[in-house]
Amino acid sequence: MENMLYVSSSPHIRSEVTTQRLMLDVIIALIPAAFAGIYFFGLRAALLIAVTVISSVVFEYLIRKMLKRNTTIGDLSAVVTGLILALNLPSTLPVWMAVVGSFFAIVIVKQLFGGLGYNFVNPALAARAFLIVSYGARMTSWTPPLTVANDIDALSYATPLGALKEGGQLPNLLDMFIGNIGGSLGETSALALIIGGIYLLARGVITWHIPVIYIGTVGLLAWIMGPYGIFTGNPLFHILAGGLMLGAIFMATDYTTSPMTKKGVVIYAIGCGVLTMLFRMYTNMPEGVSYAILLMNVSVPIIDRCTKPARFGGKAHV
Amino acid sequence: MKFQGFRGGVHPPQAKNTMECATARMGIPEKVVIPMQQHIGAPCQAMVKKGDTVKMGQVIGNSDAYVSVPIHSSVSGTVTAVSEQIISGSRPVVCIEIKPDGLQEISEDVKPPVVDSKESFLKAIRNSGLTGLGGAGFPTHVKLNPPKDAKIDTLIINGAECEPYITSDYRECMENTESIIEGIEHVLKWTGIPKALIGVEDNKPEAIKKLKKAVEKTSNISVHGLKTLYPQGAEKMLIKTLTGREVPPGKLPSDVGCLVMNVASVAFVAEYLKTGMPLIKKRVTVDGSSVRTPMNIEVLIGTPVGEVFKFSGGFVSEPAKIIMGGPMMGISLYSDEIPVMKYTNALLALNEKDGKIPEENVCIRCGRCVSVCPMNLLPFDIDRLVKANQYDILDKYNVMDCIECGCCAYTCPAKRMLTQSIRLGKDALRRKAKK
Repeated sequence: MENMLYVSSSPHIRSEVTTQRLMLDVIIALIPAAFAGIYFFGLRAALLIAVTVISSVVFEYLIRKMLKRNTTIGDLSAVVTGLILALNLPSTLPVWMAVVGSFFAIVIVKQLFGGLGYNFVNPALAARAFLIVSYGARMTSWTPPLTVANDIDALSYATPLGALKEGGQLPNLLDMFIGNIGGSLGETSALALIIGGIYLLARGVITWHIPVIYIGTVGLLAWIMGPYGIFTGNPLFHILAGGLMLGAIFMATDYTTSPMTKKGVVIYAIGCGVLTMLFRMYTNMPEGVSYAILLMNVSVPIIDRCTKPARFGGKAHV
Repeated sequence: MKFQGFRGGVHPPQAKNTMECATARMGIPEKVVIPMQQHIGAPCQAMVKKGDTVKMGQVIGNSDAYVSVPIHSSVSGTVTAVSEQIISGSRPVVCIEIKPDGLQEISEDVKPPVVDSKESFLKAIRNSGLTGLGGAGFPTHVKLNPPKDAKIDTLIINGAECEPYITSDYRECMENTESIIEGIEHVLKWTGIPKALIGVEDNKPEAIKKLKKAVEKTSNISVHGLKTLYPQGAEKMLIKTLTGREVPPGKLPSDVGCLVMNVASVAFVAEYLKTGMPLIKKRVTVDGSSVRTPMNIEVLIGTPVGEVFKFSGGFVSEPAKIIMGGPMMGISLYSDEIPVMKYTNALLALNEKDGKIPEENVCIRCGRCVSVCPMNLLPFDIDRLVKANQYDILDKYNVMDCIECGCCAYTCPAKRMLTQSIRLGKDALRRKAKK
């Protein structure tokens, strides 16, 4: 035989899943929610999404070059971060603020800590929190969706959770499910998000555990912590309100910032649910998803350490 | 009996293209190269020298060590060289090269053994040169003689064959069914083990059916179809699925009352007791994207791999990788002159597309490696520590428990060389222990 042979350690075959394919699947899963955002909030939403995604990719390319590291925009993770960040923004946000958000997510939270796989919190969520702290008013100036705008004063419009906090009128559950409500670009249409979630499950990108346990915990606590006493709450309202669907399906499930063990994942999802409801009910913030997930993100190392799988053939097995 | 199954595992494409290929018989090769180490344990010393004539079945290598087996010539001919060669890994092994004379004269020593006790049975097994034919290569006479305090209640016969491509055990079940059952009965008789369980993955329904029919006349042998999941055929996983018992870390199957033998090994026991011909041939599955005609071939031990491929019809494309064994745990060969040995059960030739080693990317902490590991390990963590040369903390990660099945690296989206890192970690710990 004339030619050279590859010699390497086993295994000599690999599954077809690649990092890039996983990221592409997440982008595809977010398309329904992105379209819903454009449908309900108009072309300005499209502009915001485009600017956030493009600036995320550009920032990643530039910072990697500056740090003299290899180019990673090909793995599509910057696109995913930009897209998720965009879906967390109100449609009226000035475009330059979205760019600032991209910078914070990609350069500060992700690349300065080592890049993909090294971020200690969800970059898009951390950027959202940063923007709320920096530009609070603009980050919470919600407008009604185009489908109801004609009937309402268009200058400001409460989100369902905002209305709950202020004691205003609550929208009906069907509107909340489809997306005829105020809110950030991606969080309003539970329908669009669920379609994306089913795609992710079918493709094996996520497992059911985090979304179901997180949402289930919120529903259970919403029912228990009812406004008229225990077990009088409306679980569906809290499940469909705010960023829970978006957070539970797309942000809490981020690989790098969720636990590596099965037991750990359950603890993490329950923790997200508990914190979300505690923030919603007992603080003056209407929404709790962002901070709940961020706090659980930083707990992941200790959760991982405490939930290591039992040793095969160890003491428990005789 | 409740089947527990095991945790984790992966579903690589089964690629059992040669299931219906009845075993073809390859003739005598141009030369045979017989290494003096084809088993776990002490290497053999060459018993012949350059220029000697040898006969088929003659002992050409032996050792006084307990954990060792004799090695026999698979051809009659003349010894042309006794030299050190690199077979796999980096340590050279003494090899005896023989030029066959084409006559295949059988040695006078080849005659059916007299077996009338456990001791004579074990001696016969040793003399036959039998080592685990499933690929592990552990001397069978040692395996069948566990310490006196080990109470063995179950003999498990491994017909799982969970690796992709390989069908040689399946063909054994279809072509040698009677020998398998006879072999089991011999082993049960002389070891005193009360019962035997034969485990076969359910992607081989015909074999399960045929075996079930063959055991109808026995009272203590049963056949079980197992869910097809890699690595079902791994000893520890097979024991867990069939008996629910987990072999403790660092211990052997005999410590949980089990002995595991491959179907081909146990069939060989029956044939050896009948004919006295030692282990000199092996059924090998030839497959892979570069191979023109995948098939099962009975090959004389010592036949260079290149000659086996030529016999099968050669290549349709230039092979980029040649593997001895299955794609999940096999050894990639650096040359096609390396011979078929006792533990070879497949030869795969992969083309450039399949054989190319993918580039490693950064770990995205997806957790897939943790969820597929059948031994409950944390491959990503071990990989991280090994790459950072932090070997001192490594023993807390149960690295020695790894069975090197390759599930972690197979499933990793970032194509990280996890199995390789774990092997490096194990090696580092072994060297630390020696100091």
